Amino acid sequence: MAFTFAAFCYMLALLLTAALIFFAIWHIIAFDELKTDYKNPIDQCNTLNPLVLPEYLIHFFFCVMFFCAAEWLTLFLNLPLLAYHVWRYMSRPVMSCPGLYDPTTIMNADILAYCQKEGWCKLAFYLLSFFYYLYGYVSVSEPPPARSQVQPEPFVLWTQTERKQFSFNFIPSSLTFVR
Amino acid sequence: MSTAGVNSQNGTGTGQTYANGPTQAPASLHQVPGIGSGMTHQPAYNPLQAKAPTPPGLYPYQPVPSFNSSPSAQPLLSSPLVGRPPSHTPPLSASPGPRLPHGHATPPPLAAAAAVSSSSYYPSSQHSMAPTWQFNTVPQLPGSVAPANVPFRGTVGNHVNPPASLPAATSSAPFSSTPPPLNNPQPPGPGIPPTSMHGYTQPGLAPSPGNFMSPHTYPHGRPGFGPPPTGPPPAMKPTPPPPGAPVTSATPPPPKADAHFGGAVNSLPHNEPIFQEGDIECPGALTGNGPHAPNNFNHVDNKMAGQTQPGPPNRHVGHYPSLPPGYQNTSHAGPPMHPPQPYTQPTQPYQQSLSGPGPAQLSPSLAAMSLQSSTPEALRVVNLLQERNLLPPTAVSAPTPCLPQDLQKINCNPEVFRSTLTSIPQSQSLLNKAKMPLGLLLHPFKDLSQLPVVTSSTIVRCRSCRTYINPFVSFLDQRRWKCNLCYRVNDVPEEFMYNPVSRSYGEPHKRPEVQNATIEFIAPSEYMLRPPQPAVYLFVLDVSHNAVETGYLTVFCQSLLENINALPGDSRTKVGFITFDSTIHFYNLQEGLSQPQMLIVSDIEEIFLPTPDSLLVNLNECKELVQDLLKSLPNLFLKTMETQSALGSALQAAFKLLSPTGGRMSVFQTQLPNLGMGALQSREDPNQRASAKDIQHLSPATDFYKKLALDCSGQQVAVDLFLLSAQYCDLASLGCISRYSAGSVYHYPSYHQQHNPAQVERFQKDLKRYLTRKIGFEAVMRIRCTKGLSIHTFHGNFFVRSTDLLSLPNVNPDAGFAVQMSIEENLDDMQVVSFQAALLYTSSKGERRIRVHTLCLPVVSSLSDIFAGADVQAITGLLACMAVDRSVTASLSDARDAMTNAVIDSLSSYRHSVLTIQQPGLLAPACLRLFPLYILALLKQRAFRTGTSTRLDDRVFAMYQLKYQPLAYSVLLIHPALYRVDDLTDEGALNISERTIPQPRLLQLSVEKLSREGAFLMDAGTVMYLWIGRNCHSNFLTQVLGVPSCSSVPENLYLLPELDTAESQRTRAFVGWLRDQRPFFPSLHIIKDESQLKPHFMQNMIEDRTESALSYYEFLLHLQQQISK
Repeated sequence: MAFTFAAFCYMLALLLTAALIFFAIWHIIAFDELKTDYKNPIDQCNTLNPLVLPEYLIHFFFCVMFFCAAEWLTLFLNLPLLAYHVWRYMSRPVMSCPGLYDPTTIMNADILAYCQKEGWCKLAFYLLSFFYYLYGYVSVSEPPPARSQVQPEPFVLWTQTERKQFSFNFIPSSLTFVR
Repeated sequence: MSTAGVNSQNGTGTGQTYANGPTQAPASLHQVPGIGSGMTHQPAYNPLQAKAPTPPGLYPYQPVPSFNSSPSAQPLLSSPLVGRPPSHTPPLSASPGPRLPHGHATPPPLAAAAAVSSSSYYPSSQHSMAPTWQFNTVPQLPGSVAPANVPFRGTVGNHVNPPASLPAATSSAPFSSTPPPLNNPQPPGPGIPPTSMHGYTQPGLAPSPGNFMSPHTYPHGRPGFGPPPTGPPPAMKPTPPPPGAPVTSATPPPPKADAHFGGAVNSLPHNEPIFQEGDIECPGALTGNGPHAPNNFNHVDNKMAGQTQPGPPNRHVGHYPSLPPGYQNTSHAGPPMHPPQPYTQPTQPYQQSLSGPGPAQLSPSLAAMSLQSSTPEALRVVNLLQERNLLPPTAVSAPTPCLPQDLQKINCNPEVFRSTLTSIPQSQSLLNKAKMPLGLLLHPFKDLSQLPVVTSSTIVRCRSCRTYINPFVSFLDQRRWKCNLCYRVNDVPEEFMYNPVSRSYGEPHKRPEVQNATIEFIAPSEYMLRPPQPAVYLFVLDVSHNAVETGYLTVFCQSLLENINALPGDSRTKVGFITFDSTIHFYNLQEGLSQPQMLIVSDIEEIFLPTPDSLLVNLNECKELVQDLLKSLPNLFLKTMETQSALGSALQAAFKLLSPTGGRMSVFQTQLPNLGMGALQSREDPNQRASAKDIQHLSPATDFYKKLALDCSGQQVAVDLFLLSAQYCDLASLGCISRYSAGSVYHYPSYHQQHNPAQVERFQKDLKRYLTRKIGFEAVMRIRCTKGLSIHTFHGNFFVRSTDLLSLPNVNPDAGFAVQMSIEENLDDMQVVSFQAALLYTSSKGERRIRVHTLCLPVVSSLSDIFAGADVQAITGLLACMAVDRSVTASLSDARDAMTNAVIDSLSSYRHSVLTIQQPGLLAPACLRLFPLYILALLKQRAFRTGTSTRLDDRVFAMYQLKYQPLAYSVLLIHPALYRVDDLTDEGALNISERTIPQPRLLQLSVEKLSREGAFLMDAGTVMYLWIGRNCHSNFLTQVLGVPSCSSVPENLYLLPELDTAESQRTRAFVGWLRDQRPFFPSLHIIKDESQLKPHFMQNMIEDRTESALSYYEFLLHLQQQISK
């Protein structure tokens, strides 16, 4: 078993997805609050808008990581969301500050419903991908015996030695001492 | 303590009724039964029973009164069915208590109910109905009805003296904890009539009403659809109505007809005179209006015919002759038309249409469903391709909801509160099937001539949904009422038991709150978050070179000087002035200064207030300084060479100045702001103005103005924008400052003191109105609706603070709002739904007030009823708002497609779901017959047109207008009115305050209607055109215009000379009357064939083809093609 860069990516993605799940839940709650009149739309937008870019950047970040790790299937699964994020941010209303939500239009029932639906969909996506990353982490960490031989080299960005070095750091220190 | 002072604002009409409550003689009650006499207590609507008035039952044409059939009514009660014969039995009984007595005392109320059933009424109520009587058991006792009442009225007058009332009070003790006298220690001694004793003692003896109430609280039993009983009592009284007799109460006519008759009989202010609708709709065989239609047509069209024949007045006429003959009434019995004179024989079209697509051709299912021999007028099938003359002779009026008559009578005025569908579909799926938008159009702060105002320490509201008590709640008994929005049962507070109108106790259902759908409360201190703010007005004036050039400053200062005493406010009123070019100038007006002091701040990036406390000054204390300033201001900047404009910074400074108090900021801007914060670039490409491709830049370029507007909104500051410029100003960006702070936008394109006198006059008049009109500060408006409905989107100028709450820093009487609704839960078990708009504001006198409007509408379950209740003007208005949104968020072409699809969808839904017999042609129900025309008009409106050169600012301003103008005014913007004015006569003229106002017929907007021999007035809302034909009668020219010949009519004439001739007086009276109907001032342009403005006039000829747009007939063909796909 080797702790590869791919495994590291999966682990990182796992943690970050957990964070994204919190983001999604936060959005859902926030829009629900708006719908039930607990919050003023200006305040709500002010709290939500700063969170939009971090969320997108986090997602973008581990997409890049997967790209580097040559996890093509995972990257492929994430591409739609990535594209959606890009489109969503491109088509945002005219705003001088970062963010998506405009307090003057947010109370429109269509937009509110859209945002809520978006929140739920993202939550579902992040939850699924959380388990997928978990699975990916496990399967990459313990590759089936055949895999190490079959694995084609051309796609790997890091050389075998590098990968060992990389994984070296993550091996419990006790082991190094033993060596 | 109910202070319960009820007064009317203007001290007239209803107000007097209240004020004089106690002394009112029964006689006076005749006149205002709805209000004063409390004859309709609207207690309750029995949901089950109410089923009956659903669709088919709604149009009971059967002359046979079905009221007395109490046996048959009982089965009805149990079966929740639609499509029933009109079963009015139970309903009647629901409110007999209050009604009967007064019926006796005052004949008129009886007219409606009694005419039908006075004989059968008592019996029926005695047996099966008794349980549904709700409170006021007094009169209900069958035997004692009459006797009880008569004394009752008598006593009101007599027992004003406290002693007399005392015994009554004590006897009522069992029912109320505190004796009334304690509650109402008001001077004249609110005598409690002994009869009220009756009222209280009886309930105990009588079968307790409470038990029966719980499930069905709605009385629903309002008798038929007859006219409001206000009419001459004697005429109505004769009871047994001969079938088909003119006594309308006997034969409930269709809703439309109801409106006519209602209008005729009681001449409510908002009802249109009988003839106008009669002409169009009356062909309905029921109303027997045969005479009307032909007459009217002869009146106008024959003349037209005669004149058009000699020679087509204009090239455009050419289009129609080429039309297929089918368009020209082929179904006509008369001789076939000759292509060259297409519409010369319009005398019989209506009669024709009657016999043509009459009931016979209606879908049998419809007829079957309604169990009547004919369908309501609104559903009469109209083949749009064949019927040409669809316009009514005068303005189109709102349809009347199919409500029981006594509910309808107290329902909210459609000018204030109007729904696109006067019959609400039962479910969202049904609404989706109808393909029509559901929404409300409001004009909540409209100037009203009669507005009951109630002062009370507690305002009765539902405890769970906070709905204000209104005429459509149901009283379970005297101490409990059931909310009509959330159905919670609430207690009636002690002080609500006392009725200030009649000064009687124990009649909560007769309180003004329960008698008026529009009412104003003076709010107690719970409704204040802070002490009511004073009236604060800040004027922000552009004084750059460009502004000085236009010369607006002189006009503004002059107007303000003239109206400075008429500014609404009290002793606390404050004013301030800021001027700006590339720097910001403040004016220190503090008391004690010998003259105003100008303070210049040139740091526009970090704006600050030089002397925060002396810039806004009390108007009364510093009036002289203010006047000095206004006199010197125009001359102060005469020599300025500064061309830049730092509007953004000036707005920020003004915001800082106003934010501690809130108030109104009036901004006058004449050019694109190009300095400092909020600077804008010109985005308009003049070459693209006429492009048929998509219009860019309809959305703001920056969010600076929006954010500032939201800040303003938070500090209760509203910004009104006056844009006077010849160049592009980017209204799309600038307008946000007003839009989100609930301000208003005024646009005077090409304003110039010398070159454009018509604009100057309009600016002056608008300014006068603006300065002196009512104003409400720190306002919020909440719109509540019955459970199951929810608000989808708001349209107008405001900030939406939560799902149903609009934040309006200022509210003005000229602001309209539109609301899109959606149906979230099925409304199966409801007969009616209600909408309530409550506007809480601070008046200019520092009073916190709440104006409440409540609208009640029936729920229907069949598609045909939805169509029957469609209000085509409201639908158009709402669609226009939606299209504006669509063109900003998506694109203009998208919005145009959406509007076209709206007609296609609704008409094809009508064709496929309502009509079962398919016949060729483009079929529409009569109530929607103008829909394609209005949509075509919208497509050719400045806001949405393509292919015609339209400046971006003009377009954006037109969009703003569509969104925030009240419907009554925006209809004219969409579809202007055209009148022929060279032959005005006094025939059929209105008489208003000793002025005779001629009423010419409304003409179609087609060049074919013009003739060279005539003069035509086009009323396009904000502008009027008087087009003089080349060969206009010299009589008109000399008598009205004071010129010998057409060629000597000067260019740029914008005033009608005041000549002392009958013709001149008539014309001026008519124009003046049109102007008086709206709060803004439409400028009048007198144009000839060669005038520059003629293209503007011709662009409004909506039914004609232009280079880039379809003619009406082509549009219809397009629709037909799409529908039959």
